[in-house]
Amino acid sequence: MKPPAFAYYAPTSLEEALRLLHELVHEQQQDVKLLAGGQSLIPLLNMRLAHPDAIIDLNALESQLSYVRREGKTLHIGAFTRHYALQNHPEIIRFCPVIAEAVRLIGHAAILSRGTIGGSLAHADPAAELPLVCAMLGGGVTIRNEGGSRHDDASTFFVSYLTTSLEPDEILTEIKLSVLPPRTGQAIEEFSQRHGDFALAAAAAQVTLDADGTLVELRLCIGGAGPTPVDCSHLLSSLAGRAPSTEDIRDALRRLDDELEPLADIHADAAYRKELAQVMAYRAIERAWQKAQATLADGDAKHDA
Amino acid sequence: MEYQQISYQLNVNGRAYAVENVEPRMTLADVLRDVLGLTGTHLGCEHGVCGACTILLDGMPARSCLMFGVQAKGQEITTVEGLAPGEEQLSPLQDAFWQEHGLQCGFCTSGILTTMTWFLRQNPTPTREEIREALSGNLCRCTGYQNIVNAVERASRELNSEAKT
Amino acid sequence: MRQGRGELAGGKINSSVAIGEGIKRIEDPRLLVGKGRYVADLSVPGMLEACVARSPYAHARVQSIDASAAHAVRGVIAIFTTADLPPDLPPIPMRLTPAQELTHALQWPLARDIVRYAGEPVAVIVAASRYAAEDAAERLLVEYEALPAVASVQAALRQDAPLLHPSLGSNDVHVIESRKGDSSAALRYAPHHRSLAFSVQRHAAVPLETRGLLAVPDERGRIHVYGPTKVVHFNRSVLARMLNCDQALIHFIETDIGGGFGARGEFYPEDYLIPFIARQLGRPVRWIEDRLEHLKTTNHSREQYHQLTIGFDDNGKLLALEDEIWVDTGAYIRTHGVTVPDLTQAMLPGPYDWPAFRLRTHVVVTNKTPMGTYRAPGRYEGTFVRERLVEGVARALGLDPTVVRARNFITPAQMPYAVGTRGLGEDVVFDSGDYQRVLAIACRHMHWGEFAGRKVQARKEGRCPGMGWAFFVEKSGLGPWEEARVGLDASGHFYCHSGLAALGQGTETILAQLCADRLGIAPEQVRVVHGDTDIVPDGNGSFASRGTATGGVAAYIAAEALKQHILTVAERYFEASAADARLGPEGLSVAGTSSRSLSWQQVAAYAADIGIKLDVHERYDAPHMTYPYGIHAAEVEIDTATGRVSIVRYLVVYDVGKAVNPLLLKGQIVGGVAQGLGGALFEELAYDDDGQLLCGTFMDYLLPGACEVPDIEAIITEDAPSRHNPLGVKGAGEGGTTGAGAAIANAIADALDAPPDAFTSLPIRPATIRRWLRQVEQVRALTQDTRNS
Repeated sequence: MKPPAFAYYAPTSLEEALRLLHELVHEQQQDVKLLAGGQSLIPLLNMRLAHPDAIIDLNALESQLSYVRREGKTLHIGAFTRHYALQNHPEIIRFCPVIAEAVRLIGHAAILSRGTIGGSLAHADPAAELPLVCAMLGGGVTIRNEGGSRHDDASTFFVSYLTTSLEPDEILTEIKLSVLPPRTGQAIEEFSQRHGDFALAAAAAQVTLDADGTLVELRLCIGGAGPTPVDCSHLLSSLAGRAPSTEDIRDALRRLDDELEPLADIHADAAYRKELAQVMAYRAIERAWQKAQATLADGDAKHDA
Repeated sequence: MEYQQISYQLNVNGRAYAVENVEPRMTLADVLRDVLGLTGTHLGCEHGVCGACTILLDGMPARSCLMFGVQAKGQEITTVEGLAPGEEQLSPLQDAFWQEHGLQCGFCTSGILTTMTWFLRQNPTPTREEIREALSGNLCRCTGYQNIVNAVERASRELNSEAKT
Repeated sequence: MRQGRGELAGGKINSSVAIGEGIKRIEDPRLLVGKGRYVADLSVPGMLEACVARSPYAHARVQSIDASAAHAVRGVIAIFTTADLPPDLPPIPMRLTPAQELTHALQWPLARDIVRYAGEPVAVIVAASRYAAEDAAERLLVEYEALPAVASVQAALRQDAPLLHPSLGSNDVHVIESRKGDSSAALRYAPHHRSLAFSVQRHAAVPLETRGLLAVPDERGRIHVYGPTKVVHFNRSVLARMLNCDQALIHFIETDIGGGFGARGEFYPEDYLIPFIARQLGRPVRWIEDRLEHLKTTNHSREQYHQLTIGFDDNGKLLALEDEIWVDTGAYIRTHGVTVPDLTQAMLPGPYDWPAFRLRTHVVVTNKTPMGTYRAPGRYEGTFVRERLVEGVARALGLDPTVVRARNFITPAQMPYAVGTRGLGEDVVFDSGDYQRVLAIACRHMHWGEFAGRKVQARKEGRCPGMGWAFFVEKSGLGPWEEARVGLDASGHFYCHSGLAALGQGTETILAQLCADRLGIAPEQVRVVHGDTDIVPDGNGSFASRGTATGGVAAYIAAEALKQHILTVAERYFEASAADARLGPEGLSVAGTSSRSLSWQQVAAYAADIGIKLDVHERYDAPHMTYPYGIHAAEVEIDTATGRVSIVRYLVVYDVGKAVNPLLLKGQIVGGVAQGLGGALFEELAYDDDGQLLCGTFMDYLLPGACEVPDIEAIITEDAPSRHNPLGVKGAGEGGTTGAGAAIANAIADALDAPPDAFTSLPIRPATIRRWLRQVEQVRALTQDTRNS
């Protein structure tokens, strides 16, 4: 299981990387893969499921593209920020705690030390935690090529299984997420057969309450049950403005059945994945709700952006 | 087909090694094993699941089968060969494994020792559950993990009592 | 060559030891510092690397092989296809449990005109590096004509199924039958009878180290092969026959081995190909299997189907069993012959006194990877069926499953007990055992009496606990013999040459401990040599839990004999009675005086002077297998919303006759349970209908990790020492695995109050449990509806 041969480049700046990528793709018609954490790409190479002509190693860009910056109500995360750095980052824990929770679920320390948030999003595995959470948050990404930059929302960035809107000459440089609003809780729940495995089904939820504890907004996104994370927030919009009961929520979640089209494989049939999605969704909503309620008890002051 | 050849330096266990004229696709694991002769790091799956190839990169665990050797230049690599304080000696963790029968075939042991060396630095007084969770990225087919957990517990006791004296 | 001496911690010799002590291992120091020498760690000057090109099809005719593009890859030295092999090359023979007609279903090292499983070797590429060899393998152009494939027993037995080995006339290639009493009559008159289907999925040993070989030819026509293990002497004889050369030209050296569990060490196609190619090229050739190859080509195991009928009475007394069994053996019969089917049937009756049974096992070939043995082969499967069945009987009658077992146990008074089956060529006769006592110990430790109450309380709290049991009888100590040579060399160091193998289970420590016990020395003073055919002239290897019971006993006897020679030396030198002589780590001395002593080096020198040979060669004949036994108890809790099973408590009580090293023994039990647990809940080598393996990586083939295997309690008893060897040892390497499938399935069934026909298949995934719960909910809803309407 040795990787096939490729031309190796290690640019030292983003500009150099973009220029190189442009030249290889457009002038030399080469199939180019970008190397960030390598935790998804290198297994593919070792199994010879990919035969790129060239690999551009972005690791020298780590200092340039690894950051967490809050600007107003938006959190800017550099694409090359490693999972490990996100896990205990004070700005993440304060302003977007579900990211830290998601990272904890990604896997083992050896994966967290190398994997990057940009790499995870660009790889777009439908069972992966960071794409799920970004989709749930309605986040966006900044994408650059040699000519300039563009923005894409999570809803259009994730196109299908392992497919994003990234063009061959583009590099994902930044992820933008909304800062945790007041009176809000977030949670991610997933089910995997073994600790640290890819999820059979996952759910990420965000609950925003009014001062009197009624629901203002409920966001819900399901992972592992389709080619991309599936935004199911609209199924729960009828709950807004109320203080729904457990039964109300479970009833609303039954509509997930029709919304999801999970694949069947040796680990789980489609019916089971749908069931799991409902259970994970409920548990995520319940925990997010509890966290939102806790903020009501604490008062708003320390949660204002 | 490209047959690029590159040369670079790797710092392993406190020593500088020259890696000369290798293909960039050569993984860090293969460079350590076949070029530098440090065969203590093992290959169990070459797709990042089993953890047998785990080394420490600037002190953090990393799968050496999921990196190209050239990527590790400029960083400090620690392999199992660099854990003991000296020749004919064992680190407290290694000795704990010996005392507790924490290995049978020994193939997974290198990757577990590096991972647990890092883990105990992060969490010097772990519970059994925390140890198991930290171990979950390393597969063992022989021991059923129990004695490994016992060994890590023993090492943490040993290291904490050393720290106190 | 490879030596067994462990490094001395701190340089001092540790103290003497005895049998029964849980001493730590002499192998460990070198392994802990990364100085283990596994075959992939070995490198010699001029070494080339090989890569095997394999069929992507499960069943196909090989039309042509065009190696021109492959040859053009930089670094490629040679490419071998079947045309390069001798035309009269024999296929790989059977080692165990052969059956004459099965010689028509053996495998050649390279596929000749037909490939019969996806992964079958078609060519071998030799290059300067594995990277280059794989580059070439991708460019090898093999033209196949795809043939229809049969990927299941069902498909293979259809009328119109393509035959894998046409000369056998059927894909059902071998039948084994055992009968006791008149099962038809017994079933007819039984107050109750049930027909049930059981199945165990295909899964495998999957050691963490893949296979590998390094073959080094020398200038004198010999070939040195590193990497063989398990049964090196047998394998050497096979290679000699296939290479058509004298065995003396072949030298096997066992390296450090990363686990075997039955699958590694058998003679595979590469075991011929790599040495053959090295000789042809006159260059050292190394081949290291990768994980994708391993999952596809190293022996699979376990897959079998049972259709049975059981008869019993109101008290749960088992009256009769008729079981039709189909074992999916894959495309070829490999070295294990029909061992797995043979042992399934041999040990299926278990600890119970069956008045009558009829067991019939069919060995069926399919277009999948061939099958071999895997820890507790045939017994993991058979125990799953039998013990799940017995708990089903208990549930059908509303009786306590431990009581039902006790009512059926073979009693000590009935020992030795002829089971009525044959296994590995001998009648299965249980030598000794007090099954009731082991059951009682387990019930007490699990607080079984209180469990029903706990279950009721837990249900009220919304939890779903269950407890399940599995009694097992194991087989061990397989003969026919084993050899040991124990002696003292001129430098004052002891040695033990053994015909056993070491695959990680601590062979060196056990042998050293046995010798040290007799000789009064420290185990570090014994240099254990094994697996080197130049040093150890003959042996039967390590498998089937035979190591300690045969090779260990041989070493023990040899060490005792050596001790007697040493005492003779003492008598002569000290001119004192042997009774006053003391053997110790430092040497020989006379009791009561410190001034009269000899170092071991001096002992050796003096013995040589007076012509007393301090070298004993012992061949121990192991007349009959022995039968250790025990019980597994699992307590689980099920998250009914997701189907997740948590194992709350797990106990094994195991009577091993005599425990030489309880620390190592417990390690074998815990490791064994982990593998059995993997088979119960996680592992499967699933195929699609075209014979393509669906679980080809560790992302889909799920080995249990540290969060999946709980702490396991083991109680070792020594109630029933073997009558077949002077130590009373029964061997215990496999019992940790044997009962795990059944115990866990029974615990799950108990948690869910499931009927006898539920959870009769492995693995039991969360999805499986949820599917069952959904059915129950549907039935309940239907019953509600009909009741309401």
